[in-house]
Amino acid sequence: MTDVSLAELCIFACSQAFRNNGEIIATGVGPVPRVAAGLAKLTHTPELMMTDGEAYLVEQPVPLGPRRYEDRKPAGYLPFSRFFDAAVWTGRRHAMVTPTQIDRFGQINLSQLGGTHRQPKTQMLGVRGFPGNTIYHPNSFFFPSHTPRVFVAGEVDMVSGVGYNPAKRVPGGNYSAVDLRTIVTNLCVMDFGGPDHAIRVVSLHPGVRFAEVQEATGFELIDAVAGETPLPDAEALTIIARLDPHNIRASVIKDNPPAQRQAEGSAA
Amino acid sequence: MTMLDKRMTPADIVGRLSDGMTLGIGGWGPRRKPMALVREILRSDLKDLTVVAYGGADVGMLCAAGKVKKLVFAFVSLDAIPLEPWFRKAREAGQIEVLELDEGMFQWGLKAAAFGLPFLPTRVGQGTDLAELGGLKTVQSPYDDGETLIAMPALKLDAALLHVNRSDWRGNIQAFGPDVYYDEWFARAAAKTYVSCEELVDRMEDHYPEQAQANIVERAFISGVTEITGGAHPSSMPPAYGWDMKAFKAYADAAKDPGDWAAVRDRFVGASEEDYLAGFGGKEAVAALPLPIF
Repeated sequence: MTDVSLAELCIFACSQAFRNNGEIIATGVGPVPRVAAGLAKLTHTPELMMTDGEAYLVEQPVPLGPRRYEDRKPAGYLPFSRFFDAAVWTGRRHAMVTPTQIDRFGQINLSQLGGTHRQPKTQMLGVRGFPGNTIYHPNSFFFPSHTPRVFVAGEVDMVSGVGYNPAKRVPGGNYSAVDLRTIVTNLCVMDFGGPDHAIRVVSLHPGVRFAEVQEATGFELIDAVAGETPLPDAEALTIIARLDPHNIRASVIKDNPPAQRQAEGSAA
Repeated sequence: MTMLDKRMTPADIVGRLSDGMTLGIGGWGPRRKPMALVREILRSDLKDLTVVAYGGADVGMLCAAGKVKKLVFAFVSLDAIPLEPWFRKAREAGQIEVLELDEGMFQWGLKAAAFGLPFLPTRVGQGTDLAELGGLKTVQSPYDDGETLIAMPALKLDAALLHVNRSDWRGNIQAFGPDVYYDEWFARAAAKTYVSCEELVDRMEDHYPEQAQANIVERAFISGVTEITGGAHPSSMPPAYGWDMKAFKAYADAAKDPGDWAAVRDRFVGASEEDYLAGFGGKEAVAALPLPIF
């Protein structure tokens, strides 16, 4: 299957993060995580719950991109007006998101880069729901561009989501629900399974070497590579195409490369 | 005696606000925003506001016009245009004070204010930079668990602005659409709440009694009402109309070129609401905007 794209491989890898999660809200923010959550529901984990991206719970994942307003088929209701009561603060959710930065503790940043809080060099979205998500329910991450600007040395510029940094933990606080699970990038799959939740590389995408991942990361990684990240099977590819009929996934990773790299030295 | 006839003009409403007030604005990002009332503020001399909002272009415009002294926020976004460019400019110029909060903490603070409590305890914010940056203090559970929690201070509002689908002159409102976000809690957290509505009727029970469940907050919390059809434009107001992404895009582009609010203020605020809407095709064009797909 030489025509499988790297984005499709990432979707397949991301979908594994939701395997056997039970009756919780699977939220994928961005095209790859969102299709991944839908793929998980339509294959190995049908008990997952998810929204149409607005306010309704759907049992048939809503495809990406332009479609008719009526095309969603609500089976339940979960608006923002009760999202914290129902999904976040009860821990019944697993979100996969793309922060701007992440550090060796799994601390994430979506708020600002550089400068001061009063005058940031670059203002981004704000912390959104990251502080609540990370203290209350499982979280995973997808990064389409694995670089030291994303996987930063030291700590993130503004800690928007809780990680495993002992220095940030106020004594007496309850951190028992902090549960960072999977990181999928354009190079590899990682988890937090090292000593003190250190980040480990657990699989490399076809043709990627560990040293290359380490070079693209601002902190030291643990090599726990058990093999190559599996390619999606035919069923998965069919479902991915159905959930992304306009091929938005082709725009996620720069130049939309194939999952199987060209051998080094050969013509691209 | 309470005035039961709460009809006002938009200018009356803004006339009841004053410099330095803490003002809550309902809606969420580019959805259900009382934009016509925000434009009325932009036509006034009001200044030094503390704005409390799940922010969209309301926050961007008020920042651009120099009306904001302090912003209480969890995000400012136009959804399809993720980063609100006029808000970014204000932040990167160091122009405003901020209290940055998690989305859930934010509504928790509105609820504390609604219930007259100094704070409500929460686990949210622990392990992040929010507490230190925002000066948020902790409390310890007096029970056996002894847990240390963040004391989310009440977000008391001097006034709140909402845009709803219907109201009568007594302030019996109805709000539709898939999600009404935290509008109810803005109203309960505020000393006074002023609503604009798509449709003003005389007596709700004579017109839409079968939809009374859409009365998301009781009229005791509503101090003034005004009819402004299309008053959420360019934000969405389901089921009446969707957001105007073309208008948002023009607004966002203007932050780069010319990048000067004074030069584009006429277009995005207008001398009057009629004048403003005419620039975007009038009420008919607004009513025809398709509902957004997520």
